[in-house]
Amino acid sequence: MDTETAVNWQQDVFDVLKAAGVKHIVYVPDAGHSTAIRLAEADSDIHSVVLTTEEEGIGYLAGAWLGGERGALLMQSSGVGNCINTLALPACARFPLLMVVTMRGDWAEFNQWQNPMGQATEPALKLMGVMTWRADRPEQVRPLLEGAATMAFNGDTACAVLLGQQLIGKKEWVK
Amino acid sequence: MSIGGHLDRRAVVTELLRDRGELAVVTGLGSPSYDVMAAGDHKLNYYLWAAMGSAATVGLGLATAQPDRPVLVVTGDGEQMMGVGALATIALRRPANLGIIVLDNGHFGETGMQPSHAGQGVELARVAAACGFPHSQVVTEMDDVPALRARIQARSGLFLATVKIRAENPPRALPPRDGVYIKNRFREALGFAPN
Repeated sequence: MDTETAVNWQQDVFDVLKAAGVKHIVYVPDAGHSTAIRLAEADSDIHSVVLTTEEEGIGYLAGAWLGGERGALLMQSSGVGNCINTLALPACARFPLLMVVTMRGDWAEFNQWQNPMGQATEPALKLMGVMTWRADRPEQVRPLLEGAATMAFNGDTACAVLLGQQLIGKKEWVK
Repeated sequence: MSIGGHLDRRAVVTELLRDRGELAVVTGLGSPSYDVMAAGDHKLNYYLWAAMGSAATVGLGLATAQPDRPVLVVTGDGEQMMGVGALATIALRRPANLGIIVLDNGHFGETGMQPSHAGQGVELARVAAACGFPHSQVVTEMDDVPALRARIQARSGLFLATVKIRAENPPRALPPRDGVYIKNRFREALGFAPN
């Protein structure tokens, strides 16, 4: 990759969330989110909350919104499966929910155990009333996430931006 | 091993919410929502009707966003057990203004009184302590409830208390089921306009 001209999409994720007024970044870690998590942890204006399972983030962000503040939930695609029932909360109460999901089981996946949930991630979100967008190229991340943030926070809607494996790159298994 | 206890859940909740002042309350689905409703509907009550296991995490987000206000989660042992990992998440955050009351009757009261994990030996107060909650306790007597109420109002540290209640279903006091309404009502009471 030409690093001089490459769009730093990982930095963009954090910058867009920050510019959107996000005060809470709640997450189950993934390598694709490592930059945003590191920047969030270092930002004294942002509460960074590591979760044991992704659906905790849906409740947390609903509570933060009740208290007048915005947040975002970062996770890997496998975590979407953990969220399904809890997505009733934003669906019924129209809480804003902004999710950023790094994909597995999507492209060039070495571990086929990731494939079932990876392939079901976007349909599962849609089934539960979450609007979705996919970024497969670095320059797509910023506009898609900005648009999702607008629709989440100004439209009281659940929105997810999926970061594809073509964007993230192949996971190196043999070093 | 005790299965629940002998306390009257409605009497406990009514005492905890007496002269509540600035207190905001989040309720777990089922009977705890009815108990809080029976004590008096309030703009600063957020009643969950689904998302089982989420009451404590909603409380965590709210307590973090509103650090100067006491926040109380009132839920049942089954609801909290479904979100048991959240106790670890909350213990790391440790908001001083958050209290969690687990009304423990040792049963799944809403679904036919099947014995629950708590009723068969899992003590959530000890789980909370193991996660690192600075304070957790088991309340078995009504005489201890006023001090619990004072602890909530003091905002003096994160705590979880299991309150051992009778396994019975008092008459339902149904809170509003419109999630948008109770959300906007709650936010309006804090000065936030709807979108």
